[in-house]
Amino acid sequence: MKTGNREEYAEEVLKKTGAQIVVDALVQEGVDVVFGYPGGVVIPIFDVLYDTKELTFVLTRHEQGAAHAADGYARATGRVGVCIATSGPGAVNIMTGVATAYLDSIPMVAITGQVASPLLGTDAFQEADVVGISRPITKHNFLVKNVNDLPVVLKQAFHIARTGRPGPVLVDVPIDVARGIVDKYEYPSSVSIRSYKPTVNGHPKQIEKVAELIAKSERPLIYAGGGCIASGCHEELRKLAETTNIPVTVTFMGLGCFPAEHPLFIGMPGMHGAKCANYTLQNCDLIVSVGARFDDRVTGFVEKFAPNASIIHIDIDPASVSKIMKVDIPVVGDAKNILTALNKKIKPRPADAWNEKVMGWKGAKLFTYQPSDTEIKPQSVIETLYDITKGDAVVCTEVGQHQMWTAQYYKFKKPRSLVSSGGLGTMGFGLPAAMGAALTNPGVPVFDIAGDGSIQMNIQELATISINKIPVKVVILNNSYLGMVRQWQQLFYNKRYSATCLRHSIKCPECKGPQECEKKYIPDFVALSESYGIPAFRTDKPSEVTEILRKGIEIDGPCVMEFIVSAEENVFPMVPAGKPIDEILEES
Amino acid sequence: MSASTHTISLLIENQSGSLSRVAGLFSSRGYNISSLTVAETDDPSVARMTIVTSGDDDILEQIVKQLNKLIDVIKVIDFIEDLIIERELLLIRIDSTKSSRHEIIELANLFKAGIASVSPTSVTLEFMGTKQQVDDLITMLKPHGIKETVRSGAVAVAKARK
Repeated sequence: MKTGNREEYAEEVLKKTGAQIVVDALVQEGVDVVFGYPGGVVIPIFDVLYDTKELTFVLTRHEQGAAHAADGYARATGRVGVCIATSGPGAVNIMTGVATAYLDSIPMVAITGQVASPLLGTDAFQEADVVGISRPITKHNFLVKNVNDLPVVLKQAFHIARTGRPGPVLVDVPIDVARGIVDKYEYPSSVSIRSYKPTVNGHPKQIEKVAELIAKSERPLIYAGGGCIASGCHEELRKLAETTNIPVTVTFMGLGCFPAEHPLFIGMPGMHGAKCANYTLQNCDLIVSVGARFDDRVTGFVEKFAPNASIIHIDIDPASVSKIMKVDIPVVGDAKNILTALNKKIKPRPADAWNEKVMGWKGAKLFTYQPSDTEIKPQSVIETLYDITKGDAVVCTEVGQHQMWTAQYYKFKKPRSLVSSGGLGTMGFGLPAAMGAALTNPGVPVFDIAGDGSIQMNIQELATISINKIPVKVVILNNSYLGMVRQWQQLFYNKRYSATCLRHSIKCPECKGPQECEKKYIPDFVALSESYGIPAFRTDKPSEVTEILRKGIEIDGPCVMEFIVSAEENVFPMVPAGKPIDEILEES
Repeated sequence: MSASTHTISLLIENQSGSLSRVAGLFSSRGYNISSLTVAETDDPSVARMTIVTSGDDDILEQIVKQLNKLIDVIKVIDFIEDLIIERELLLIRIDSTKSSRHEIIELANLFKAGIASVSPTSVTLEFMGTKQQVDDLITMLKPHGIKETVRSGAVAVAKARK
């Protein structure tokens, strides 16, 4: 009798609901923070979360915030970020966040509730075809129709998200599956997918060829991208550069993988890149591309991009190779493995006339702007922030001019210190992402550099930040414009500022520009922050920038610092879209 | 580089959603599909798709790579034109009168096409052949008045190595 009871008890322990399996999988995968928002069909999952001590659940104020926060968590740590949303509107609301992660190859698992499986396809309440909607913006997705499949699917989801070229994976869980019961649950310890075996080790013969071509080249250049952050190859990259004395240009997504203060660093390339980087690209005879993908913001007019260069392309994604540029030597695999092998083959190369030429282009500073005593130059805020933090910070950004100034003037020295939406260019990303990054306890202050336009796209997350005392320092560069679009209108649309002035109302008479405008700026960011219980400061005086930034850093917890900056400042240098990257516009 | 027609065969997990992943890839990246056939293989967990597409060499290289990137795709075989056996099925209904029926049947015999059905006003032929042979038969039948044409799209298999 007693033995029977024990067996029954053992069977009872192994019995788990789908919802319990979802939460257990997160714990087994080492997830310690989850972001999300409840709703009808995910109540079973939230009911389990209610008692779960192994992870912290953070309730955001919008599902989009949850997705970006999971993304920020992933970017700051390299671990898989997780968000949960309900079916229909909840799931659709995370899509911007999923697409943002997809374009930047960020490991993420998004769990969405779904209507009960018998109701699928009936236009049920809060039903949306979420696997259909997310298919082109996820690395892979699953609709789980049988609770017995759930353990393996979750294991596969995490595996797919973090291996190969990382990316978001969505798992859609109908409520009957969440409520369903698996009799003998065990989380799989290993995973094998017959159709998914990413190549991680570069082919030795290809690596040999790379070493030979580097030795033969006279004007080589290393072009490093986000893949260097994903693979964590910053030390190997540095060794390669220092052994060969090859100058290094780092894409926006790669910033931090090679120290910006390093003598061989020549800045970011492309549309708002350093002139030095663009001239070096156009004049080099060899590009050693490591984890970069020749994005159109880098290449400009492709036919005239790096016309004299042979190309070595190191990338984990074979589909990236020869997608935009014809490549001479492709090496498919993990950049860290490949560079480790390559570093054993390369021969030292002394700095020569080529280095001298590149350093000539570099000059004393990679980027410059006209300083001012009367108004705050946005660039000066970033420069000051760098001077104060010395690069020991996680800097998140929204999207627009402030993002480019951050890339130009903050000298990133460590990988994962820049968290920004490069590929999709998602406004509203920075604040929730900073929240996710800050919850990883990086040991350094976490900033969200924002424009006054972007910050309003997910400003509701100030509530999440305040209630949970998440120490995010928000820096708003307020020029009262949607500045990047305004800049294009100024340069290419004859100064017709259509829908880019944030003071504009439908009753505005003919616009005489911001200097003449008497309209009040809405909202009052200081009052707004205070209403969220977050201390806030504002200044329009250049002399107060340092003091406010210092004060903001010293505050224990979140704060908002608003700087009223020169309204019509532009991001320079600039290569107009579709032009060769050495046709550069500069401040006149 | 000129655009050429190409036959790609792929093995994919036989799951709901697999077809839409492939079709979605072609539409979102702007690749052409001339025809696409799909059916289960001898292993019921695996489906075979045969896709006839066109594009220059660079595009074809990208198509193969992007297909390989899909998690559900097990294998992509990029056929080289002269090393494959390719067949397409045609069902075609043609107007016919008492007087024209004989001529149609003669054409069918010439092409080794079968007669699937005959009615007082029409003849339905069934034919299997290469895309070119199917095109040729349709051209020859056109003057008789085609009521309906149904083509299966190509299926293909590699020739055995000698």
